[in-house]
Amino acid sequence: MRVALFVTCLVDLMRPRIGFAALDLLEAAGCEVTVPAAQTCCGQPAFNSGDRALATQLAQKTIAEFEGFDYVVAPSGSCADQVRSEYPGLFAEGSEWRRRAEALAPKVFELTDFLANVLKVEAVPGRFDGSVTYHDSCTGLRSLKIKSQPRDLLAKVPGLTLSEMEACEECCGFGGTFSIKYGDVSAAIGERKCNNIRAAGTDAVVGGDLGCLLHIEGKLRRMGDETTRVLHVAEVLAGTGNGGEN
Amino acid sequence: MEVRSIEFKQRASERAIDGSLQGKLKTAKGLFVGGRARAVARFDAEGGDFEALRDVGRGIRDEVLDNLDVWLETFERNATARGATVLWARDGAEISRLVVEIAQRHGVKKAIKSKSMLSEEAGLNEALEAVGVASIETDLGEYIIQLAKEPPSHIIAPAIHKNKEEVADLFEQHHHKPRKTEIAEMTREAREVLRSHFVSADMGITGGNFLVAETGSVALVTNEGNGRMVTTMPKVHVAVVGVEKVIPTLNDLAALLRLLPRSATGQTISNYVSLLTGVKSEADRDGAEHLYYILVDNGRVGLVGSEFQEMLRCIRCGACMNHCPVYQTIGGHAYGWVYPGPMGSVLTPLYTGLDKAPDLPHAATLCNQCGVVCPVKIPLPELLRKLREKQVQTGVGTATAKAERRALKLWGFAARNPRLYAFGARIATRYLKWLAGGKDRIQVLTMVPEWTKGRDFPAPEGKTFRELYAQRAARRR
Repeated sequence: MRVALFVTCLVDLMRPRIGFAALDLLEAAGCEVTVPAAQTCCGQPAFNSGDRALATQLAQKTIAEFEGFDYVVAPSGSCADQVRSEYPGLFAEGSEWRRRAEALAPKVFELTDFLANVLKVEAVPGRFDGSVTYHDSCTGLRSLKIKSQPRDLLAKVPGLTLSEMEACEECCGFGGTFSIKYGDVSAAIGERKCNNIRAAGTDAVVGGDLGCLLHIEGKLRRMGDETTRVLHVAEVLAGTGNGGEN
Repeated sequence: MEVRSIEFKQRASERAIDGSLQGKLKTAKGLFVGGRARAVARFDAEGGDFEALRDVGRGIRDEVLDNLDVWLETFERNATARGATVLWARDGAEISRLVVEIAQRHGVKKAIKSKSMLSEEAGLNEALEAVGVASIETDLGEYIIQLAKEPPSHIIAPAIHKNKEEVADLFEQHHHKPRKTEIAEMTREAREVLRSHFVSADMGITGGNFLVAETGSVALVTNEGNGRMVTTMPKVHVAVVGVEKVIPTLNDLAALLRLLPRSATGQTISNYVSLLTGVKSEADRDGAEHLYYILVDNGRVGLVGSEFQEMLRCIRCGACMNHCPVYQTIGGHAYGWVYPGPMGSVLTPLYTGLDKAPDLPHAATLCNQCGVVCPVKIPLPELLRKLREKQVQTGVGTATAKAERRALKLWGFAARNPRLYAFGARIATRYLKWLAGGKDRIQVLTMVPEWTKGRDFPAPEGKTFRELYAQRAARRR
């Protein structure tokens, strides 16, 4: 099974260890993983900002890079959904690009969805001594229906207990460029989320999208919470979330 | 009503840190979000399928919008046959002119109103007052904000931004009676004051939740009973309704009435559902002798057949704003016009002009909770995104949005050139790491201060994934 890892631009820039964790998980499950070297970004920021032309150009670039694989996996629900749900609509019906986008779309998966539903993994390499609460990121949850997948996988991690926070499905207020266009509103929504996280009283909050996690971590720290750890689900499943660099 | 959406960013920022407002919005959220969830769960538990019902609702509304002219003419014919007069208004000014003409024709001194958002679009109260006709809001929430001289902040709960104490102050000031703080007593006092208006008014003005084409009726969904008083006590009834509110049949009404209260307040059915058909006949004990329908365009017709037609399916339940994380944080006034929240962020630019509300298409995290709860499945995030595309195409936008576009252009150029991109990312991650100065966070992000006003920016690891991956690959060789 030839799987391409779509690292995503945010993981590349901010948290390479999440990319390596995803790589480890896929390899541990027996996948032959390739990381296409020229990959950059899926174009979602352009798409959501109304720059359809740029979004289309980046979609073409991404399609060309990834269409030759059996599967494409990203440690992000929103990036995976951009390719799965939005790419085809960028191209005229009946066009060659439309056909290519539609051929690629069903092969693209968010990491936990892929591990749980395609690979149907029985065990994960990680170990986590402590409690976590899970934040459902909006696009993964509402578009890709990612809800049980990360939870089922986390249940396989020895030492880990999951304790749900109130309103885990509510938006954290990140919203991509919304977070810097309306920083005050974004931070205020984030405060509600962080209050719910802290009320859950767990050692860590875990999620599947780095954008949300950076926003949540930044807000927790600004609120004076120095102890609640903020981890990507890949790090926890791969066992690199117990601290230390890859 | 004056459009103040241009001030969105500042008004939103002020309200995002208004603790008192947050408290009231939290109460409303508990009421509406919890209420809807329970109502939907109950509906499904009793053998219904709310999801399927949403598809039915969507289908009914789409059928109407695809053949709007036909259903409007059918409505006009049947309403006229039952003694009503059907008038058409292109915009808010025409609504006001028509209502004023009707008032003068019948010698009206006082009008009483049941809640109508469309009359807010027109600024109808002001137009009536200007010609000496008193116009009294009789929906309790609307009555409160009329006393406070404020616009509504929610389409079904217009005074949701006011708490009991603020209302007590208003009542004391305007009713000239001892201050009361028990809600039941306050309501009773308002009821007494309104009662005198009900019996002395010459004209009743309502909106309309639906117009039923096959019978020429207007359907009103209310909870306080004031709608009944407004439509039966005065001799003249004027219903001001958007052209998109027409539906084909009473059967369609039945389906939509299963969706609307559940989505709006979590009620199985509202306390009152009034179906008004024609003028008072000799056999009727009460009812209006003169019935006027003012069917309004005000931007709606232009959306028919456009990429925004789906927005016209809206049945004004308010579920999108109740569930919106942004609305829950800033309330309705920040949006600056009649309609707040996601539906307002789509409608305001479309009805008043893209340039009048440049922020609103961006005033959403695109979390799609609104799309999930919309009873007629309007893809609100998609429509907001289409508005953003329209802004880019026409060069309209706030300074922030234009800066965003420039930054994206630059970034997009790099993203299409992988070697340049890899180089840029190396520089960027090192710069951010340096900025953090050995700490795990950046407290002032000089390039993007908007981020660090309200939260820290976590420091990056300092090298990009692609660098580390290349190193790892080299080690393994």
